[in-house]
Amino acid sequence: MAGRQIVVPFGPQHPVLPEPIHLDLVLEDETVIEAVPSIGYIHRGLEKLVEKREYTDYIRIAERICGICSFTHSVTYAEAVEKTMGLEVPPRAHYIRTILMEYSRLHSHMLWLGLAADAMGFENLFMNSWRIREEILDDMEMATGGRVIQNLCTVGGIRKDVPDEMLGQMSDHLKEITPRMEELCKIFSHDSSVRHRMRGIGVLSKEEMWELGAVGPTARGSDLALDARCTGYSAYGELGFKPVVEKEGDCLARCIVRAKELMAAADLVHAAVRDMPDGPVDVGKIKGGPDGEAFVFTEQPRGEVLHYVKGNGTKHLVRHRVRTPTIANIPPLVKMLAGAELADVPIIVLTIDPCIGCMER
Amino acid sequence: MKTQNTTLREIAVGDLVTEAGAFKAKRYRFVQIGCTGIGDAYEINYTFDKNYGYETVRITVHDGDVVPSIAEHYWASFIYENEIHDLYGLMVDGMSIDFSGHLIHTATKNPFRNPPEVTKVEKEKLAHEPKEGDA
Repeated sequence: MAGRQIVVPFGPQHPVLPEPIHLDLVLEDETVIEAVPSIGYIHRGLEKLVEKREYTDYIRIAERICGICSFTHSVTYAEAVEKTMGLEVPPRAHYIRTILMEYSRLHSHMLWLGLAADAMGFENLFMNSWRIREEILDDMEMATGGRVIQNLCTVGGIRKDVPDEMLGQMSDHLKEITPRMEELCKIFSHDSSVRHRMRGIGVLSKEEMWELGAVGPTARGSDLALDARCTGYSAYGELGFKPVVEKEGDCLARCIVRAKELMAAADLVHAAVRDMPDGPVDVGKIKGGPDGEAFVFTEQPRGEVLHYVKGNGTKHLVRHRVRTPTIANIPPLVKMLAGAELADVPIIVLTIDPCIGCMER
Repeated sequence: MKTQNTTLREIAVGDLVTEAGAFKAKRYRFVQIGCTGIGDAYEINYTFDKNYGYETVRITVHDGDVVPSIAEHYWASFIYENEIHDLYGLMVDGMSIDFSGHLIHTATKNPFRNPPEVTKVEKEKLAHEPKEGDA
């Protein structure tokens, strides 16, 4: 006999949610029958601003779409505009962009691992994750002057060069941090309390993830090797890259993917510093405005992001549209939650690494 | 530096579901649906991907048109189709989950809907027009 159903509101304010999303959880006893998401708490109208700002200035706004994967947003926007204008960005700018995108991945994953540890009540692990993250942010600040918002990327290249000595220092510091990241990865992979909390929860198969349009570590945790870096944008095509995947498809697998991606990101940084080409870092003075339209896909820490731009030859773009990884991971989340225990809802929600600010723009 | 392989082609609204079915049959991944206003109409881009070759098909619709859902081929389309319904006020027929306008909370109903055409009336003319209740 079916039990009595009740609806429990989850969010928009909840300790595991860094940003607001609301879920109506339809429960039968302690089991979730259905999860109904709703958003709309932090829409900022950023895409509309493209009509008011010059395309060169708008990159500052594009970078502020998200406070974590900010640099990747600015690069994706820049690449989309560059595509419409046929600009050939110098290789050195591509390499420096790649390094900072990987630094963004490092600090984003560290942030997430800390939040996951905190959600499990593992405070020591939380503090260790964020301690390492602080050092990564320090390096980003040293290179660009900004910890979260870098303002380094510009249409046609980067605003100022990062000297080779500084890049070497960053690479050396990353080598110092790497053993600590490996230690962290071991704890997330093998610690019994982490495994008890995440193993076998929120399981979706590879086929289900494909069917549901999942992206990023959410997809890769189910052995779906989907990563926009494989398209070879910026310097990824020259550095060699293989996506990190796990087979189990549960919360633990998604967590381990992020932990292992720390080392993969560090390897990419070392390779980019080692192969750094000399030369200019921008195309110089740009004449005219973007004409035509372009779709550009990149891999943010949370997954594949799309920036669509359309210009008419003037200094103002006509349209800018962003599809962020979080919205692509909402259908998988809805499926994961159906049949889950109420106590597991926070950790399942957390493992898609929701960024609602990104999603609502 | 490699250039991403993307294509874009316009299709008729009536061909949308068939096109989506053809993509599914060829094992294309569903990437996104994005709507943008273009003055008096809306462009809706549907993107699919296979082996990092991104193909986008575009339909153009107007206020009051009904957009067919591609949910019968791609269940996950509901999230984008509800977004289009809530923000642009376009009706989408056959969604796998219909939130009935409750996916996105907005202070203004359908905030991205194209503004209605406004005919400017001269002030003098307004002043001389009789008001209701005037003898």
